[in-house]
Amino acid sequence: MTDATSTDAGPARPGRPADEPHPSGDDRFLVIDKHLKRAKYEQDQLIETLHIAQDVFGYLDEDVLMYVARALRLPPSMVFGVATFYQLFTFEPAGDHTCTVCTGTACFVKGAEDIVRAVGNAFSVASGDTTQDGVLTLKTARCVGSCGLAPIVLIDGEVSGREGAEVILAKVQAAVAAEPAAVGAEGGDA
Amino acid sequence: MAAPIDLHEVAEREHEARSRYPWRIKACASTACMSAGSGATIQGLQQTIDANDLALDAVVIPTGCMGLCSRGPLVRVLRRGGDETMYQAVNEEVAVDIVKAHIRNHKPVDTNVLDTSIPFFAAQERVVLANGGIIDPDRIEGYVAHGGYLALQKVLKEMAPEDVVQEVSASGIRGRGGAGYPAGNKWALLARADGNEKYVVANGDEGDPGAYMDRTVMEDDPHRLIEGVAIAAYATGASKAYIYVRAEYPRAVERLDRAIRVARRNRLLGRKILDTGFSLEVEVRIGAGAFVCGEETALLASIEGKRGTPQLRPPYPTESGLWGKPTMINNVETLANIPAIVMKGAEWFSSIGTPNSTGTKVFALAGDLVNIGLIEVPMGITLRTIVDDIGGGIPDGGTFKAAQTGGPSGGCIPTEYLDTPVDYDSLRQLGSIMGSGGLIVMDDTQRMPDVAKFFMEFSMDESCGKCTPCRAGTVQIYNLLERITAGSGTYTDLRHLEQLCATVRDTSLCGLGQSAPNPVLSTLQYFGEEYESLLVETGLEVVDA
Repeated sequence: MTDATSTDAGPARPGRPADEPHPSGDDRFLVIDKHLKRAKYEQDQLIETLHIAQDVFGYLDEDVLMYVARALRLPPSMVFGVATFYQLFTFEPAGDHTCTVCTGTACFVKGAEDIVRAVGNAFSVASGDTTQDGVLTLKTARCVGSCGLAPIVLIDGEVSGREGAEVILAKVQAAVAAEPAAVGAEGGDA
Repeated sequence: MAAPIDLHEVAEREHEARSRYPWRIKACASTACMSAGSGATIQGLQQTIDANDLALDAVVIPTGCMGLCSRGPLVRVLRRGGDETMYQAVNEEVAVDIVKAHIRNHKPVDTNVLDTSIPFFAAQERVVLANGGIIDPDRIEGYVAHGGYLALQKVLKEMAPEDVVQEVSASGIRGRGGAGYPAGNKWALLARADGNEKYVVANGDEGDPGAYMDRTVMEDDPHRLIEGVAIAAYATGASKAYIYVRAEYPRAVERLDRAIRVARRNRLLGRKILDTGFSLEVEVRIGAGAFVCGEETALLASIEGKRGTPQLRPPYPTESGLWGKPTMINNVETLANIPAIVMKGAEWFSSIGTPNSTGTKVFALAGDLVNIGLIEVPMGITLRTIVDDIGGGIPDGGTFKAAQTGGPSGGCIPTEYLDTPVDYDSLRQLGSIMGSGGLIVMDDTQRMPDVAKFFMEFSMDESCGKCTPCRAGTVQIYNLLERITAGSGTYTDLRHLEQLCATVRDTSLCGLGQSAPNPVLSTLQYFGEEYESLLVETGLEVVDA
């Protein structure tokens, strides 16, 4: 392996405990600290740490990435490189509502593309983006793995299966018209 | 240190506890049935049992996948010492009926009974999925009651490591992740490798969209995987193992984490396993959404916390893997076969399937079929049996057009090859691959160039960017396909498409780049006229073609 951060030593090339808490005093950094401590500040825990950071913050901004880099004693370039390489890490907050359309092969065969197009057109939002007013994030998922229900759409985490573009669009519109989704109802993978 | 688990005693206690109830209701709580609402089903069953004072008569057991996902939520009602009834589409209302009619009045709810003599069930042979729909994945006792961990006990107490490697080699089992490399060879290489620090890695980075075989093993029978991992580590001399799971499978991560803790507590993992000299630590590592991490060298980079880009081989991971140490990567399904091979023997295993593709294969059956779900069949079964019998044929009187195997690395198989036996070599000859087990059937309303474009978009998106043929080639192939499917392609475009596919196939660094053109090449081979019918025919280009 030629990467500068993994020379010849074994898995344990620990970073170190953060010298002091994050200056913002934001409690959420303590969750990251707790994980890092349990993981003994080992640098190979970077991806796990980013997952936890995204869980608590909802997305990874520069401040969080720098914090993780410093705690694991990794160059920021590597932390940014890893974070941007993997698709599940996001760098912007999601909208109030999320519509995730599964675009796995089975859902493709059952017309998932039409659903993405219908919702995208109706809300003027591209797949992977959030509407300008921050109301709706339209995402696609590689495969939700419940192919018997294809095509599958998750609206604020709620599963809708075997439904065409029109019905889904109506459901999304209804969800958006209702109160904002509860915190934590982020429509990830089922 | 606590005493190790007494497998026979636990099994006996579990059997006893089970016979206490006249009725046992097993409700599928796998991800597919949960999406179909089995959470409410289980609640409905339990509440009705409680409300009708039947708590001493019936027990509800959440189980793993029963297979026929398109008819979910599925429920099995078992009568003590007797018959069994399977129910389909059990929503909350039906769940209430089942308890009131079937349990209380012994009258099955006929409207929802699922006939289990249909070929979907009858044509299957379950080894890896043997416990699906039977045990509660969260209870080690269930696994032990069905013979779990006896294989680990057997190898630790009765077999030398080299005998275990020999047994796996003799079984003929080939890697279930796609390429089909003989697992026994890998085991022997790691066993022979120098050094006292070696690693075993279970590859659970199931990236093929439409495939969820490994997820089902990890979520529904986590101890089977852990047992397979432990046997592999013992046989090869590894003292640390990783299970690499896609981040998209949070339930699998949770279940495995819990199962590892329970196994440790019972001295099935950790130090001096079952009071022998063998010690093993197992850790779950999660990905973060990168298809390329299914490639073994990329997966190792990801475990080390880096960008998942592949390395040129050799050196192979068995020489230089995780942190430069000898490492063996096996697919989850491969490892899940190991306990059965140890218990029943290599001869039994190789009697299933064909001489060059032994054992069974799990497929996720999807697309334009009547029956959609997870199946496990002996290798060598024909595609026709899978599509027509197990899959129940094409719905709404449709016509079969193609079966896609191997996902973005595989190809489409047309009608004329439906009688091909499903094994590694036959599928490769047809320009497809076995792959990890996604099998998607398409009817004649699907346009094959669109299907090829769909997969190329996937590969383009997922290319890690390390080598140029894959990074740039997939984009150019996609652009050509877009032009052709939009009806503005020319014969020159088609020729370029063919040339470019050959270049990407021949010059990419890793298996993913090399196989990325497969969906295009196989559809060009079998459905070439569909591409041609979309072309703009200008005089010049007709001559040119």
